[in-house]
Amino acid sequence: MTLTPFVRYSGKCAALPRADVDTDQIIPKQFLKRVERTGFGPALFHDWRSNPAFELNQPEAKDATILITGANFGCGSSREHAVWALAEYGFRAILAPSFADIFTANCCQNGVAPVRLSGDGIDELVRRCRAGNGAYRVTIDLEAQRVTDDAGFSAAFAMEPYRREMLLRGLDEIGRTLLEEPRIAAFEKTRS
Amino acid sequence: MTPRTLFDKVWDAHVVHRFPEGPALLYVDLHLVHEVTSPQAFEGLRQAGRRVRRPERTVATVDHNVPTGDRTLPLDDPIAATQLEALALNAQAFGVELFDLASPQQGIVHVIGPELGLTQPGMVVVCGDSHTSTHGAFGAFALGIGTSEVEHVLATQCLVLSKPLTMEARFTGQRSAGVTAKDLILALIGRIGTAGAAGHVLEYTGDAIAALSMEERMTVCNMSIEAGARAGMIAPDETTFAYLEGRARAPSNRDWGRSVVAWRRLPSDPGAAYDRRVELDAAAVAPQVTWGTNPGMVTDITGYVPNPADFATPAERQAVERALAYMALTPGTPLEGLPIERVFVGSCTNARIEDLRAAALVARGRQVAAGVRAMVVPGSQQVKAQGEREGLDRIFLEAGFEWRNAGCSMCLGMNADVLRRGERCASTSNRNFEGRQGAGGRTHLMSPAMAAAAAVAGRLVDVREWS
Repeated sequence: MTLTPFVRYSGKCAALPRADVDTDQIIPKQFLKRVERTGFGPALFHDWRSNPAFELNQPEAKDATILITGANFGCGSSREHAVWALAEYGFRAILAPSFADIFTANCCQNGVAPVRLSGDGIDELVRRCRAGNGAYRVTIDLEAQRVTDDAGFSAAFAMEPYRREMLLRGLDEIGRTLLEEPRIAAFEKTRS
Repeated sequence: MTPRTLFDKVWDAHVVHRFPEGPALLYVDLHLVHEVTSPQAFEGLRQAGRRVRRPERTVATVDHNVPTGDRTLPLDDPIAATQLEALALNAQAFGVELFDLASPQQGIVHVIGPELGLTQPGMVVVCGDSHTSTHGAFGAFALGIGTSEVEHVLATQCLVLSKPLTMEARFTGQRSAGVTAKDLILALIGRIGTAGAAGHVLEYTGDAIAALSMEERMTVCNMSIEAGARAGMIAPDETTFAYLEGRARAPSNRDWGRSVVAWRRLPSDPGAAYDRRVELDAAAVAPQVTWGTNPGMVTDITGYVPNPADFATPAERQAVERALAYMALTPGTPLEGLPIERVFVGSCTNARIEDLRAAALVARGRQVAAGVRAMVVPGSQQVKAQGEREGLDRIFLEAGFEWRNAGCSMCLGMNADVLRRGERCASTSNRNFEGRQGAGGRTHLMSPAMAAAAAVAGRLVDVREWS
């Protein structure tokens, strides 16, 4: 699978300031029966979207491509469908104080950047996003590992070098691993 | 040599290569596959013209979306049927063994792996399912992965992974009567939170863990993911070997003896260092019941619905307020006595034979309360058959429980087994997330005995007060 490399990206933000958003909320189980990787976008946050007050239902959140959210985002079920839904809906990056482990891996496999900022940094971005009334944008520079806006916000972030490399290069991980085929074969010989 | 943990030993034995950027290429001994997270992975292989590298290390079953009612009828959900057909076609095309709906070995992937003897100490086990942590009960490093990683493992028999940190969860003392493995793990999650072990592999140690049966250990390891852990592990010992010996896919004859010798070297060395440690007094743990919308929102059955005002940060207060609104609970309400309409005894957490025996012991000679619908869904068709040999089915049926076929069922409600909006359920499953068991449904997690007692009483009760 070829992915769009994620190098330096600017986009409109939407804020969903709550912690422990689990993948059952991101894509409920009734939508997991598809055998394709597509078709999940319309079901993103399905149950929550039935509430008119839900953050992503607000006109200011329309066409946002960067989600600012709370700690432990993507916890629970391993369903990659959650990332497929976020990506198909239009999100290229998620900014949060922390992410669940499996969700992080799933993001990087699909060219969606999971960017960890401090809790204070996220709180500040949420304030700025709300004040921006649908016009708030940030730039994520994955090479420099920094999130900035045009009103003075600037915060560094860290990402596992391998994951960062995958995103920067839009890597096909299987193709890359298959280059190590002789090592895998040799390893198997030592164990049989 | 530096003393190593159980996890270090399993990790070291599986590193095929270290990438310059840090992570390892880790060899996978056992890859379990089910219908929901695999179709896109097989399709990816097909499009790239790739094969399954080690079909003999890959085992598939159907569990997530299967009906648990009459199996002689065709599926009434055409989309679910398509997914089951896709797995059958993929298994055949790629040479993967499949335990399908007609198989007497069909069941929840995390129940049948151990039951067949596929899961063994020292292995690396993966599956496109977060509750793969269950298999760590055998001293395996077992972790849930996403569908892209499923495809990667199918194609390469390896996983790219940075080495997680380690965390020891030591349970000292012995649990008291009426307190189960489920209560131990819920109490731990309540203590450290749903992200408390993120980035770490939990190793459960201590007298209270050593005293657990294999099935109880599986319950503990199963919920490692609910503490955010990458995996959970328990050192293999005589209990482990006794469970495995003679199972269909376990080593036999001379291989058995050799395997046991190797497995005995796996437990953590004295003085091995963990990155973090937490200790719990098992004797102080009471039966646990969740009150909120994640497994960390849990307390003793003798406890009360908390007040948001008592939480430290605005974010926590807001989360508790949201949870109580969803659960329709008022601060200060005792959990004991809370009326329920549904009961679910099942899931990869608590649907093995010992779980069903514990629930049957409570149900025997009693009746499910008027207005309560209670289901027992065995974890596998083999568990179901064993239950029937022991007469558990009759106990449940006479008490007014439904006795169904194996599957994930109402743990995640992908099939017809769902809560209706507003229904409150005593459940032996692992997640009380909003809508998990059905949109608008309200889940309280607890042990099988507690769930069975709730079915009879029609409300949450303290099973310790029951004879």
